[in-house]
Amino acid sequence: MKALVVENLSKDFGGLRALDRVSFGVEAGERLAIIGPNGAGKTTLFQLLSGMLAPSSGRIFAFGKDITKLAAHRRAALGIGRTFQITNLFLNLTVLDNVLLAVETLGITRFNLLRPISSYKHLLARAETILNQWGMWDRRDVPVRSLSYGEQRQLEIILTLSQDRSLLLLDEPTCGLSPEEAKGFVSMIRDFSRDFTILLIDHDMDVTFEIAEKVIVLHFGRVLAYGFPDEVKRNSQVQEIYMGAQK
Amino acid sequence: MKRQVPYVGIAILLAILSALPIFLPSYYTGLFILMLIFAIFAMSLDILQGYTGLPSLGHAAFFGTSAYAVAILNVKLYQECNFGVELIVGVLSAAIVASLLGLVVLRSKGIYLLMILMASSMMLWGIAFKWRSLTGGDDGIPGISRPDFDLIGLDLGSTTHYYYFVLLFFVISAVLMYLVVHSSFGHTLLGIRESETRMRSLGYNVWLHKYIAFIVSAIFAGLAGVLIAYYNCFVSPSELHLVTSAEGLIMVILGGAGTLFGPAIGASIIILIKNFVSGYTEHWMIILGALYMLTVMFAPQGVYRLFKELSQKWRPI
Amino acid sequence: MLLFLLAAGLTLMLGTMRIVNLAHGSYYLLGGYIGYSIAKYTNNFFLACLGGLLAIGILGMVIYKVILEKRFARETLSQVLVTFGMLLIISDVCRWIWGGTPLAIPQPEILQGSISIGRIVFPIYRLAFILMGGIILIFLWWFQERTKYGAIVRAGVDDEEMTQGIGINISLVKTLIFSMGALLAGFAGVVGGPFIGLSTGLDIDILLLAIVVVIIGGMGSLKGALVGALLIGLLDAFGKSLLPELSIFTLFATMVIVLAIKPSGLFGIK
Repeated sequence: MKALVVENLSKDFGGLRALDRVSFGVEAGERLAIIGPNGAGKTTLFQLLSGMLAPSSGRIFAFGKDITKLAAHRRAALGIGRTFQITNLFLNLTVLDNVLLAVETLGITRFNLLRPISSYKHLLARAETILNQWGMWDRRDVPVRSLSYGEQRQLEIILTLSQDRSLLLLDEPTCGLSPEEAKGFVSMIRDFSRDFTILLIDHDMDVTFEIAEKVIVLHFGRVLAYGFPDEVKRNSQVQEIYMGAQK
Repeated sequence: MKRQVPYVGIAILLAILSALPIFLPSYYTGLFILMLIFAIFAMSLDILQGYTGLPSLGHAAFFGTSAYAVAILNVKLYQECNFGVELIVGVLSAAIVASLLGLVVLRSKGIYLLMILMASSMMLWGIAFKWRSLTGGDDGIPGISRPDFDLIGLDLGSTTHYYYFVLLFFVISAVLMYLVVHSSFGHTLLGIRESETRMRSLGYNVWLHKYIAFIVSAIFAGLAGVLIAYYNCFVSPSELHLVTSAEGLIMVILGGAGTLFGPAIGASIIILIKNFVSGYTEHWMIILGALYMLTVMFAPQGVYRLFKELSQKWRPI
Repeated sequence: MLLFLLAAGLTLMLGTMRIVNLAHGSYYLLGGYIGYSIAKYTNNFFLACLGGLLAIGILGMVIYKVILEKRFARETLSQVLVTFGMLLIISDVCRWIWGGTPLAIPQPEILQGSISIGRIVFPIYRLAFILMGGIILIFLWWFQERTKYGAIVRAGVDDEEMTQGIGINISLVKTLIFSMGALLAGFAGVVGGPFIGLSTGLDIDILLLAIVVVIIGGMGSLKGALVGALLIGLLDAFGKSLLPELSIFTLFATMVIVLAIKPSGLFGIK
């Protein structure tokens, strides 16, 4: 069973067709990169996949289930996780609060109105473990808006990863990171188990081709090329439109 | 995450509050009653506004509805006080208004939400104003009788006894609201306030959380409404008016949105000033208006936070 | 029609400038009162209109420059409270100067009387009113859609830095827009004087109606303001004759229904 199947997905914004009959499938455990010039529809695609926007037509299947009409928060429960291109964190809350919110969704009755949050020891323990893994435990009481940009990007990834979602949508995760940080990110992803299926949007071609097993090229909302990285690189249309400008 | 509850401070505060009526003339005790009632009102609004990030200029809708419910039962139906029923119906009516309103209104955001809630509460005001047969129109409903607790030796007709009655409810509400705000539910509300999209992508049913927060805050506002009905022994459309909602909002902002106890302090300050000023001049509205403007200009983070900052400067740890 | 004038100003402020102005109804009232005084002393209705219009326009300009443009007024909540404070102040000032008894501005002689079209008798004043409203509507539409300035405003709201970068004085534009909205309100106050009179509490009543119109029509949309105003005007008239006790409820119900279908209003941008 494929992790993700997209069938003829289209999205119109008024008169503008942002996505035009996009179709592809992703095997479980696969790493798929989505590339294309600005405005090609990449983020729109993620918006549709994560449920933040509804498609104008077409269908989406995740793990065999039709999720086209499913609400965003239900998709998360199904196993879809997402990072955001523009850092989307809980700015006025502390690092620890941020991670707790990510972790809280696992296993406690969410509508408990009276029991103080500090009593959920196992959650705190899990948050501590995660933060320690990333070396951010000593920053736990810092309000996120006081973190450096790199730290914020890191937290962005931490939040998504701490939820154990199996289908990850990573939207420009290395945006703004230094070359070393980006390298660190790449090796981290390469170490991920095959339990995770990853869709990646990234402007950095090095990062993209180090991680991707398959590549889709979007152009004006349409699939221009779809296949193994080498094939795509050699595709003359792709070279013309996109890569020629890069190198 | 260890929250240090200043038990000593709270104990002292409670002691002072309990001792007040002994030292003060009953006029001032009455003032404190108002402060406590509006503290509950302001704190309930803070849950919505400060913690969930849902701005509301219509909070009076819950306050007034429950006050009217009590009045109608007390005066028109029973012709005497049936406390248990009136309390429950009062609070329940506020909750029902919230549950109906919430269905329609919570899909809107920011400015829209603010204005829609304002319009909604003014609509209720309009209904109260026009429906003379039920609500007495702008004459209101006078003659509400306070609960009869003669059996336990309480004469709620006396201001002092009524003060303790209100104080009890204040303490209960404050404790409950504190728990709610520090629960996992409350924590979720903070997340929603900061970033709804993030919360949705993390798997939270944001709408449902907002809905519940809406109803919870309405319940406490309704409680305040019940208490004000018994205190004034009279209910009028002004309990539903924009002015009341706006006052609530100012109390929250002045006190400090998102701090829960800040708004309680804000409520006290506003009540004191209102009373003080209206004793001196007919044009207290101008003063109040100027006060609102000054608050926004100079103390938008609220008195409570200001206080905390200052106290931290004096005790560097 | 009256509602349209108000709603148009409000929707401009809200939709194009993202400013919540609770004192909008107060502008109406104040404008009306000023017009009343002018009419009383000069016996000239048109002068009164002009006076009301200018006075409030200038007031709006001043208020915007001095208060609303400052950093503390950037957030919605602050704007709400600041303008609410203004509402209280203006309301009390009006009561102070003009008293609490309802006043009415007499209709200008030229426009008194009525004419019959077919079998329907129309008061001339009302016709003139509708006509003028139509002219203003066309002007506003032309302004927003066709002129450079309209485009500038729209650009300015969307991306302030860019617009400034191009060298356009966005502050001036915004000030003008705000004062235009205020001006419309003040004008409406004078012109509506003969219809509904002036009294304390009118500022909030009319503010409420204007807000409902803007909510239903959608913020930022002139078309919405017009449609909303017409809709509300009709409903108000119907409601009052059918169910006088619940006429406000019909308005409420309409708003709820519209919102349930389209949370941004009928023609809302956003």
